[in-house]
Amino acid sequence: MNSSTQAPSAAPEKHRQSPTALPKDPQASGNSERVLSWGRYPRVEHRHVYKPAWNDQVLGILQAAEPDSLLPFGLGRSYGDSCLNAGRDLLDCQRLNRILAFDESTGMVRCESGVSLSDILRVFVPKGWFLPVTPGTSFVTIGGAIANDVHGKNHHCAGTFGAHVQQIALYRSDKGSMFCSPRENSEMLHATIGGLGLTGVIAWADIQLKRVDGPWIDSESIPFHSLKAFLDLSLESNAGFEYTVAWLDCFAGSNLRGVFFRGNHAANYKKDFRPKGGPILPFELPSWVLNPLSVRAFNAAYYAVHVAKKRRAILPYQPFFYPLDSIRQWNLLYGREGFLQYQCVIPENNLAAFEELLDRAARSGMASFFVVLKQFGSAPPAGMLSFPRPGLTITLDFPKRGERTLALLRSLDDIVQKSRGALYPAKDARMSPVLFETSFPNWRGFLPYKDPKMSSSLWRRVTGLP
Amino acid sequence: MKSVTPVQALDSRATPASRNKPAALRRIVVLGATSGIALEVQKQSASRRCELLLVARSPERLAALQADLPIRGAPRVLIHSADLSAIAQHPGIVEFARRELPDFDTVLLAYGSMHNQKDAERSIDVLLEELQVDFVSAASILTLFAAELERRRTGCIAAITSVAGERGRRSNYVYGSAKGGLSLFLQGLRSRLYPAGVRVITIKPGPVRTPMTDRLPNAVNFASPQQVAHDIVRCLERRSPDVLYTPGIWRYVMAAVKMVPEPIFKRLPL
Repeated sequence: MNSSTQAPSAAPEKHRQSPTALPKDPQASGNSERVLSWGRYPRVEHRHVYKPAWNDQVLGILQAAEPDSLLPFGLGRSYGDSCLNAGRDLLDCQRLNRILAFDESTGMVRCESGVSLSDILRVFVPKGWFLPVTPGTSFVTIGGAIANDVHGKNHHCAGTFGAHVQQIALYRSDKGSMFCSPRENSEMLHATIGGLGLTGVIAWADIQLKRVDGPWIDSESIPFHSLKAFLDLSLESNAGFEYTVAWLDCFAGSNLRGVFFRGNHAANYKKDFRPKGGPILPFELPSWVLNPLSVRAFNAAYYAVHVAKKRRAILPYQPFFYPLDSIRQWNLLYGREGFLQYQCVIPENNLAAFEELLDRAARSGMASFFVVLKQFGSAPPAGMLSFPRPGLTITLDFPKRGERTLALLRSLDDIVQKSRGALYPAKDARMSPVLFETSFPNWRGFLPYKDPKMSSSLWRRVTGLP
Repeated sequence: MKSVTPVQALDSRATPASRNKPAALRRIVVLGATSGIALEVQKQSASRRCELLLVARSPERLAALQADLPIRGAPRVLIHSADLSAIAQHPGIVEFARRELPDFDTVLLAYGSMHNQKDAERSIDVLLEELQVDFVSAASILTLFAAELERRRTGCIAAITSVAGERGRRSNYVYGSAKGGLSLFLQGLRSRLYPAGVRVITIKPGPVRTPMTDRLPNAVNFASPQQVAHDIVRCLERRSPDVLYTPGIWRYVMAAVKMVPEPIFKRLPL
């Protein structure tokens, strides 16, 4: 009988799972069920969804799988098909959600792949620690944040999420349990960051959190009326502000308008902090709800509110970083057909291409609210297939309206292609192999690190591999 | 690092009759600590600063929980690896709790097993195993803990049974009868321990999205373990009902189901 009264040591310890194969555990299996990505397009069927509750079940599932059949899945916040595996299997990591170690003196946390960023924030913000980098939603897993090498409003000073991953343990179908750090198997670490889940299943990862004074953000919002004004604001803010991002009204036509947001963690601001839950969108809205008129009205109202509002305010971190997290299932807004998100980066020396892209999206009358603009910093990519690179990145939502939407996006692709830009796989459901090649010219260098049992809908679509 | 826990804050609001009793849910013994619902209950009670003693079979899984729960706020997490379905191990479990967490105030029984009903119809071994795990072993370990709490004249015993135990259905009556038996056992135990001031809570969840139910159709529509755990923790903290249905709607659903006359019910393909 094994028993212990010892408190676990706070210092990270070596990975102790045994690398031996385990028999396939019936508890780790699941039904075939409808799994959708956040854009709710494409709608595909999966053969089987494995839902292991413990890390010790993962290797058994990997080893029993057929070649190119499996894909790790987190909270499904990728917009397109990078988290889908049509006709094949998913390995749902949501139940692998234990925090295994935390060092209070350094802020290093070790967690399993299914721990969500919102979970990390809930546990560590009260202790005075914050995520080093966070995307626009906290409902993503650590595994997903690494696999897509996500970026946030602090890309210009902190780089991507992957830059703060110190070491990981990886379950692979061919090599068992594998420890990866900058000194040991560093190439595998490099490939796993931004590796779209194709290098194996992350057993745990060590993330360096950052010290903060509290949950408050000292934020400013500034209206602007041209791309030039946005760039000036962005350059001016890079030094003094940790977080910068802009919202753009795509419907204002030639008189472009937007709101620039910037902020820092507020120091020495002591006020009671009460996080609250928000409403939930309970069902898909009919598709006519989102039409050019209603979007125009929303955008005008959003702009008016932010221009009228106090320029400077101290906000809790949630509304600043995760404005949409307060409306659960906001993706149902787009109705049954779902939507496509388009995020590209275009080099800064090619501002004309950027303007053309904006103009084309606006003239189509199909773009929606939530157009987001951000100037990436020059940090070297943390992963082999990382998306962020120096330039301007824009994110647009398009309700899926059949072939019309796809044709528009193809015409935007042409601009990205010509300007040697790139498209973000985590948002994509339809880019061509040619554009993938332009976006990630070195993708073939990734092949040796791919787990032979792993594949995804996106991977097969953009590479043509089985 | 002592701070006022929500439980302590609740003491002042307790009813006059219970004021002299210490509130439950500060030091919890969890039997079946690696089950889907238990995992969530532990997470939520850790953030409420409860001390925990976790009993389950796998030492590796217990070790992961022993790492996780203190980070989430539990001041102390003890683990004990044992096979709860083996009755011979039960005295050792109670002994361990008495020695290592002598002032435990809550015992939560959270383990169970649900086979495919068809297997239990074909195989007496499967049938007996299910009855053994879900009813016999549960009755055994609860009897031992009941004696301990009765002697101390304090504390709370809570056990997770199921709405499946309310009425025998053709698709799930083996599991249902074991859980139904456990519900009756708890009902009697509650009455026996009432004079001693020990609470007994019967927890009857509807279908919950856990590893146990993954293979069932419609698992997507089941309640989340988070929601069920939230109801359980709240019920243990407050001195509210003897029988907890979670989600709450099941109290009314089952009231209706129990009213269907047997000649009709036996014809329903449920």
